[in-house]
Amino acid sequence: MASTSRTILICSGKGGVGKTTLTANLGIALARLGLRTVVLDADFGLRNLDLLLGLENRIVFTAQEVLAESCRLEQALVKHKQEPNLALLPAGNPRMLEWLKPEDMQTIAGMLEKQFDYVLIDCPAGIEDGFKNAVAAAKEAIVITTPEVSAVRDADRVIGLLNTHGVKPVQLVLNRVRPKMMASQEMLAVDDVTDILALPLLGLVLEDEQVIVSTNRGEPLTLNGSSSPAARAYGNVARRLQGDDVPLIDPSKEGRGLRAKVRRLMQKKIF
Amino acid sequence: MTVREILDKLLRRQPASASTARDRLQLVLAHDRSDLSPELLDQMRREIFEVVAKYVEIDLDEGDVSLETEDRVTALVANLPIRRPLAVSQSEG
Repeated sequence: MASTSRTILICSGKGGVGKTTLTANLGIALARLGLRTVVLDADFGLRNLDLLLGLENRIVFTAQEVLAESCRLEQALVKHKQEPNLALLPAGNPRMLEWLKPEDMQTIAGMLEKQFDYVLIDCPAGIEDGFKNAVAAAKEAIVITTPEVSAVRDADRVIGLLNTHGVKPVQLVLNRVRPKMMASQEMLAVDDVTDILALPLLGLVLEDEQVIVSTNRGEPLTLNGSSSPAARAYGNVARRLQGDDVPLIDPSKEGRGLRAKVRRLMQKKIF
Repeated sequence: MTVREILDKLLRRQPASASTARDRLQLVLAHDRSDLSPELLDQMRREIFEVVAKYVEIDLDEGDVSLETEDRVTALVANLPIRRPLAVSQSEG
């Protein structure tokens, strides 16, 4: 029995900003720290967490069968072969027309909390029923966004809703940061986003092509101890969740040489 | 002002887009958070001016009522420069 279980909703409002990638990588990273972790895909209309974890062929049952008592929870949990501390539970089957209710999500989360240290809920995009179901089960939340106006605006809506539902703490992960564009002030700065959303920064993930490669393979970056920038960032998020004081990277210090120096000079405030 | 901003001015280039993004976001979020559309805000602004104008003579060109946001708290900020108080009889009539 995990007495200090943490149930964390991973949400963004806008689709395609990296929720599922964060859930998969954070799940693996926490499991590698020796923590019993389950990732719950709350998006059963368009579920993708199985694909990112390479578990798409191993799903037999979902949370809906567990709720209907047509199978036991243990039968529905898909254990990751390489990382046995991690399990996946899909909320439902895309073919199912019966929608889950917020109480169902609470029931499932309650069952998972008894066996796992971390329950990570991959929230569907949007702020409609799928979000309302997922938020009902959440105790705390991680909002992920990119430094783009549309993603930040949608994140702001979601943060407002999380506050209304009494979810806290709510922390921020800023994804797909491009240091060069930030340096030439053609991308919102890290401080701009944290000031606007008024959330503590839990992680900063640089744009990294390796994320696409890992998705192709169904092997999250954190699985094989990759040293790519995104892999390190996800690993750091896991350690910060565990209370380790890991300093955040400074995008302006990324890149050396004359070009980077000139970019930094251009940013300098002179009056 | 940064070196970049000064160069932009001197060369008459468009300013870097990050500051435009920040300004646009702050404006749209102030409206999102307060659930006030620009039209409604405009109507409220006109009505506030009307009410205040009953008591004091205000400078309409300099006056402004807008939404400002800091730390997720949105405030309605009115800046209405007063020319001079109106005569008492006028405010009662």
